[in-house]
Amino acid sequence: MNSKELLIDLSNSISVSGCEDNASNIIEKAFKDHVDEIHKDKLGNLICVKKGNKNIKIMLAAHMDEIGLMAKDVDDNGFIRFTSVGGVDPRTLMSSEVLVHGKEELYGVVGTKAVHFQDNDEKNKSEEMDDLIIDIGFDKEKALKLVNVGDYISLKRNAIELQGNTLTGKAMDDKAGVSTMYECLLELEKLKHEADVYFVSTVQEEVGLRGATVSAYNINPDIGIAIDVGFGSTPELSNEDSIDLGKGPAITIGGNIHPKLRKKLVEVAKEYNIPFQYEVAPGVSGTDAWAMQITKAGVPCILISLPLRYMHTTVETIDMNDIKNAGKLIARFISIITTESLEELLCY
Amino acid sequence: MLLKKLSESIGVSGNEGEIRKIIIDEIKDYVEEIKIDKIGNIVAFKKGKNNNKKIMVSTNIDELGLIVTEIGSTGLIKFKPVGDIDAKILPSKRVKIGEKNITGVIGAKPIHLQKPSERKNPIDRKSLYIDMGVKGKEEAERLVSIGDYIGIESEYIEFGDDLIKGKFLESRIGANILINLLKNELENDIYVVFSVMKNIGLRGIGPATFDINPDLSIFIEGISTTDYTGCNSLNSQVKLGKGPGISLYDKRNIYDRKLYNSINEITNNNNINIQNIVQSNYESSSSKTYTTLEGVPSTTISVPIRYMYSPSSVISLNDIVATENLLKEVINNIK
Repeated sequence: MNSKELLIDLSNSISVSGCEDNASNIIEKAFKDHVDEIHKDKLGNLICVKKGNKNIKIMLAAHMDEIGLMAKDVDDNGFIRFTSVGGVDPRTLMSSEVLVHGKEELYGVVGTKAVHFQDNDEKNKSEEMDDLIIDIGFDKEKALKLVNVGDYISLKRNAIELQGNTLTGKAMDDKAGVSTMYECLLELEKLKHEADVYFVSTVQEEVGLRGATVSAYNINPDIGIAIDVGFGSTPELSNEDSIDLGKGPAITIGGNIHPKLRKKLVEVAKEYNIPFQYEVAPGVSGTDAWAMQITKAGVPCILISLPLRYMHTTVETIDMNDIKNAGKLIARFISIITTESLEELLCY
Repeated sequence: MLLKKLSESIGVSGNEGEIRKIIIDEIKDYVEEIKIDKIGNIVAFKKGKNNNKKIMVSTNIDELGLIVTEIGSTGLIKFKPVGDIDAKILPSKRVKIGEKNITGVIGAKPIHLQKPSERKNPIDRKSLYIDMGVKGKEEAERLVSIGDYIGIESEYIEFGDDLIKGKFLESRIGANILINLLKNELENDIYVVFSVMKNIGLRGIGPATFDINPDLSIFIEGISTTDYTGCNSLNSQVKLGKGPGISLYDKRNIYDRKLYNSINEITNNNNINIQNIVQSNYESSSSKTYTTLEGVPSTTISVPIRYMYSPSSVISLNDIVATENLLKEVINNIK
């Protein structure tokens, strides 16, 4: 399997925060012939270890959970009222399709009022989550037999290719990160590395970096490398807020990132002619790196961001070349971490 | 499956070629005459056992969509709406552009970068664009052109209690019903019109009516329900699953009561449940037939649709069957 095939499978699988088994199973299957150990921790994080030969631990973290919804109520008309799991903009849900994971998988649509029935007030404001309904096509009696409060609801979308090497679908955030870890793994097989590399597919990132917090505590790595998505440039975003699709992975600069490690990463990119760009995050990085850095007595971290357009919609768009280059870059970086170089690199 | 084929085909107002081909192919073996008139309507004639009345049965086949207005320097596509499409339904959708059916996406600004005040406002249609994944203008120009029509992608899905979801079903259900009607032997001759450009001003049906000069006009279309949470039920009395709607009054139509009574009698004789329609903020295409020529008695028979004018419009299989039965009985028995 190649990293594009893995990404498409993952994007199409359903793994809303707190319920990541579907993704976990796919990842385990892909990684198992390439790593020495696989286990799941108490929260469901999937940890795949490729052993080196020295006592150095490098933890890679990419989250396998995706944003979604959860049923709050079945109303008198049989429609489902819901809340979001992770950051979902209700304006992106209008007229969209979902799957309600009740007693069985139920198809549903988010209904929209025809424009000639909207009064001026309605036309001029956007809907909030509590205004929206999911129609599964049953009356209240039947709906209550099939759906419970607390049932997960996923956004429905199958990934496809657009022009060039771009892919569009849901949950590229952060299944693209997982695919990057896989790409890195395949590259590492061609290189020597002293460190034990922990490929961690984390859970519950979208609701508060919870998987990374727990897995970093368990592993207590020497270096943490988070791989997540960054805002792909589009006309309505300023240059300073975005990174370009196709120009390579973004290397983040900021408080969350260990400056010497980051500078070394840039050196490696230049040495091996791997395209890259910069992302500036003076404070919160909004990724697993934020949790990893303050684990136990502290973990030096770097963050790689994959440029992604339309984040948190079901038309997230990514360039496979960026994933390949990110995988190469991280693999090369890992290969130059030795017991000699590590001490010098981590010293302030 | 006919409705699936119709529902998934693209035919935006002013560019109905693809859907026109499909319909002609479906009906050509069941009618005596068939032509495409001067503005793109399909006009067909089917002989029945009698020709007491000149009956015209019509629907529209065009759907809402978009049109390419500009190819930007980075290859992103700007567009204008075709028909009154609500911009709120556009974000996070896939589209198909032009003759080559190139796929694109309409995205949205990430939630993380929006201020709370920004999120209260509906997304401005002019700020939207289509992304095909190209690297620049030149690559885009090899795939699409200014003036290319854009359809919204939406799969035909059966779900729930005999319900169907498809895009803009108000623009497809009439064709489905009329095609099925034509496959029967009928008591009366009928002229059938599959009209174009309803969504940009009810354009097609007027000229077709003038050409045919019928004694009676029946228009089949979709009608919006208000049977879902958050709706004002006074806007529409129509509910999904309770049978076809017969119009009595709308924005530009006062429907002939004698005609309504004749139809009502037929529904009583055949145990067909109908819903009366009084909608003051909606105009049916019958407005273009009943005041044309010297006046043509007209009726609108509608299939109830939830979430009309959206890519996820919903219709009841039972209502479709009931409407088909009603139409057949009316044509066979109307005096």
